[in-house]
Amino acid sequence: MNIVRQLLALPLILASLRFATPLILAALGGTFNERSGVINIGLEGMMLFGAFAAVYGSFMTGNPWVGVLYSMIGGGVLALILAIVSVSLKADQIVVATGINIFANGITIYLLQVFFGSAGRSPRVTRLPYFRVLGTRYNPMTLVAIILVPIAWYVLFKTPWGLRIRSVGEHPSAADTLGINVNKYRFVCVIISGILAGLAGAHLSIGDGTSFIRDMAQGRGFIALAAMIFGKWNPLGAFGAALIFGYFEAVAIRVSIPGIPAEFIRTLPYVMTIIILAGAVGKATPPAKIGEPYFQEEE
Amino acid sequence: MSELQSGTGESLAEGKIVNILIDLGVSLASIVIALLVGAVFILLAGESPVIAYGALYEGALGGARQIMSTFWRSTPLIFTGFALAIPFRAGLFNIGGEGQLLVGGFAAGFVGYYFQMPGIIHAPVALLAGMLAGAFWGFIPGILKAWKGAHEVIITIMLNYIATLLTISYGINRLRVGGRPALPSIAEGAELFRLGDLPELPILGSLPFIEVFAQPGSRLHLNFILAIVAAFILWYLLERTTYGYEIRSVGINPAAAHYGGISENKTIILTMVIGGAMAGLAGAGEALGTHHSFIQGMDAGHGFTGIAVALLGRNHPAGIILAGLLFGGLAEGGLEMQFVGIPSEIVQIVQALVIFFVAALQMIKYFMARRRAKGESE
Repeated sequence: MNIVRQLLALPLILASLRFATPLILAALGGTFNERSGVINIGLEGMMLFGAFAAVYGSFMTGNPWVGVLYSMIGGGVLALILAIVSVSLKADQIVVATGINIFANGITIYLLQVFFGSAGRSPRVTRLPYFRVLGTRYNPMTLVAIILVPIAWYVLFKTPWGLRIRSVGEHPSAADTLGINVNKYRFVCVIISGILAGLAGAHLSIGDGTSFIRDMAQGRGFIALAAMIFGKWNPLGAFGAALIFGYFEAVAIRVSIPGIPAEFIRTLPYVMTIIILAGAVGKATPPAKIGEPYFQEEE
Repeated sequence: MSELQSGTGESLAEGKIVNILIDLGVSLASIVIALLVGAVFILLAGESPVIAYGALYEGALGGARQIMSTFWRSTPLIFTGFALAIPFRAGLFNIGGEGQLLVGGFAAGFVGYYFQMPGIIHAPVALLAGMLAGAFWGFIPGILKAWKGAHEVIITIMLNYIATLLTISYGINRLRVGGRPALPSIAEGAELFRLGDLPELPILGSLPFIEVFAQPGSRLHLNFILAIVAAFILWYLLERTTYGYEIRSVGINPAAAHYGGISENKTIILTMVIGGAMAGLAGAGEALGTHHSFIQGMDAGHGFTGIAVALLGRNHPAGIILAGLLFGGLAEGGLEMQFVGIPSEIVQIVQALVIFFVAALQMIKYFMARRRAKGESE
């Protein structure tokens, strides 16, 4: 009974939204680039680099909002590399994005030492202001994430621009015939996902926390991908799925069950990701041409 | 008739040699460009690339002792390179080398200290335990991919985090003695033979030049030899057996392979299990040969370095040995670089750059083929 009470406690459920915030942001980004036909395994690295950039921005200016701007630039720059190498040069998207993740891990620890003289964590910086709802602390990034969900849905499904993105992912050669520049749309969507992943990083380092810690993304970029798949490549679905994963993350940190070692409970978000992914796929259909570079036919 | 046959044979062989040369050129160009861009990052930190790379070279190849250390460092990287390459040949991306290495190291370290066995079988049994544990950790994403179509990249990453929590956070904290973040040291019989002890052996020890292995502090161990043996076995498996043919068919064209009666699911599971076993051996070797216990931080990103190793080695066993030696050298030399005040993470940045450039440059081959096809059609 005590366990059930713990699992249903209001503060735990309210905290889920906070834990879900980076997942929502990154999953929205993932939805854009996957709808356009590009797999972005590099969300993790873009989130990590965004987290570092946010701390750097806040450290240099003392203004956390500059940090937020930096995080968007940071995530966007890594996305630019992915876009150039895998969209323009048509190299393997998964391979390049894995390179992005390794690069982000290396460059953040490298820059930590160059700027702050520590290989583990940055000094504390000014964090974003916070507000309370029913006693639970939130930061503005959570609001940003919630506002972006319907906007992303509207853009993808109700505007000509969104229609073009989806057509580029489903049937690029048909879109091309209609005069849509396939690779331009894919390029832009990859950049959008990088910017959103960067914002997710800002949530981790200067929203929820006050400093950058090495490897602080902790697989959230990949969990966000799972949320996007579970949400059927729809921003509203991704939002719901991210909330579920956020809940498991909250449970992993907050709940203790007698007889089960804490380390086992902490595997919960990862185990649930595997279970949900293995259970959901089959029913979920990705965009038809996902992962395939687009080569224009020549006469 | 015979002339004609030998003619086609020759041009086929010629085409193969040209392909190998292009592959080699792409790999060499990638590493050179990556080091040049790496130099920019060193400059940005206000340090001198000449001093940095000088230290890197000294640390990796400065003498017999350094070269032995480079061999030692390359051992797990060659294995994790195989762990990526075998599934990659079937079109799968196994980035779970890190987790597979951890469970392999844990299993080997556990068997090494927990059980009492005669020396002659203890090390092989512990090594086998590590290999099987890694294979099991590769089997999970394999079967989920085959049965449910779950994306192997996300599953393997999740399993990396689970492996860390289970083997290090739980396993070590539960089983350690004293403050050292490690399992208890393994029994002497479970330790892998160190090549530095070669001169003490009765017959081999009298060979000329054998003294070269006996460098002070050298930890080069048997697993390096096993890595080379594994390369031969994998090469034979891929190029000379039906299994290898099936693996390559699924990788190149799954639809055609299916039409030809090849079970894609069996191939997916088989390659992931082999990949996991290879990463498991990397971990077992580190636990039994290098540290003589399963110790926190032992993985040291080897699973991810294996990705760069496999890509640079073009997923060929021989290429992977060369690429493994290169990254082993970078890792060993990176420590020397740290001594002169340049963060050794520059090595990790160079790894990532290598991945970008290999991926981008191999498209040259595609564009060249396209231009040739276009030229012929005109």
